[in-house]
Amino acid sequence: MADELTPPSPAVPQPPQPVAAPPAQITATPIPKKPKQDRAPENDPGVWRMGRKSFLSFAGWLSFLGFLGISTVGSLRYMFPRVLFEPPTKFKAGLPGDYMVGEVSEKYKDSQRIWIVREKEGFYALIAICTHLGCTPNWLEDANKFKCPCHGSGYYKSGVNFEGPTPRPLERAEITLNDDGEIVIDKSIKFRYELGQWGLPGSYLKYTG
Amino acid sequence: MISPMEKFRKTEVYKSIFRHKYDDTPRNRALQIVDNVFLHLHPVRIARHATNIGYTWGMGGITFLLFLVLTLTGVILMFYYRPTAQYAYEDMKYLMNDVPFGPLIRNMHRWAAHAMVITVMLHMFRVFLTGSYKPPRQFNWVIGVVLLLLTFLLSFSGYLLPWDQLSIWAVTVGTNMARATPLLGSEGPFGAQLGMRPDADVRFVLLGGTQVGPPTLLRFYVGHCIFLPLIASIFMVVHFWRIRKDGGISGPDTGKKNF
Repeated sequence: MADELTPPSPAVPQPPQPVAAPPAQITATPIPKKPKQDRAPENDPGVWRMGRKSFLSFAGWLSFLGFLGISTVGSLRYMFPRVLFEPPTKFKAGLPGDYMVGEVSEKYKDSQRIWIVREKEGFYALIAICTHLGCTPNWLEDANKFKCPCHGSGYYKSGVNFEGPTPRPLERAEITLNDDGEIVIDKSIKFRYELGQWGLPGSYLKYTG
Repeated sequence: MISPMEKFRKTEVYKSIFRHKYDDTPRNRALQIVDNVFLHLHPVRIARHATNIGYTWGMGGITFLLFLVLTLTGVILMFYYRPTAQYAYEDMKYLMNDVPFGPLIRNMHRWAAHAMVITVMLHMFRVFLTGSYKPPRQFNWVIGVVLLLLTFLLSFSGYLLPWDQLSIWAVTVGTNMARATPLLGSEGPFGAQLGMRPDADVRFVLLGGTQVGPPTLLRFYVGHCIFLPLIASIFMVVHFWRIRKDGGISGPDTGKKNF
């Protein structure tokens, strides 16, 4: 009974024997050459060289590791919610005529963290998130600059940094006009000066009306 | 005349709990330690130098004591605190103004938390100065570094829970650093190449969103009260066990073995 459970040991080709130093007299008998094996010996299960118990053990471990792996992947996926209860990133900011040339509008700073700047040639929207560590800077009308209260980063009206610890300018959000002639700002589309994106369409709204 | 206490000591109830007498003999003194699940964590015998507070500063033990204080006061705070954006700040105010002994418990939790960060660092400083990270204690040093990190994470996650402007902005700033995580952050090295986006990276998992919001409060609460203390406890068990396995608390090199 026990013999049936153990798989027959396959014929293993013998490694070549080290050849001894040639003796003074040549008396070696020729090594009998084994016939070349081009088919498996009888009853050899080939790659499925596995008994019933080791198969069950293998299947058990495979199931267990599979369970662990799928559980881990599922738990990680669980941490990424499908629905975010966050405010929409797009909002309407009224008509272009509502803004005066030269103005830095703080109308949407509290609700949207956006400054809308009106120039002679058009508009741009600056995101009111300090590029140093994420605080909300203030627009200082008298000093004509943006200043972060946390660590003192300062930005020109254009959004380009000039003082304090911040490494790069403020980011601009996409600003367009919709069919009704209203300004639409999408905060999820950002334009970064240091990447040369401030010239891209959407980063600046041309308007001379 | 047999005293009631003597009588009680002869009952089966007493003898089933306390398995031996408490005569002041060396054997009984050892048995007191090894027969008690809490005391047996401490060695039966210690080297003479281990009682020299000037050498170890007792900072590891004080850190553990503070952890116990934090666990106890933390559980008490949980009776009044609701981790939702609607209630969190008001519950904190309620604890500080109207709950009997609320300010005492909350301040104990707050000061013990600050103290624990300090004592952990002083403990590490002492271990470094006395060379106690050297063989055979290298692995325990590594566990200690993990415990230092867990202490920082516990401190950081607890900082959000009052849900006031200070905590929200501190965590906003703190978690912005997670964007720059290598491989796993959307703005970190190789992050973008691996498909990390602001709404699918390690910071997103931490916050439960793309900004610090109500899901962040809940995640930090669960992490602060359940997940991190549990992980820290497991590492502490190994840390304390390793002290004994590595030859007891470290002491001056006397040129011979302490045991």
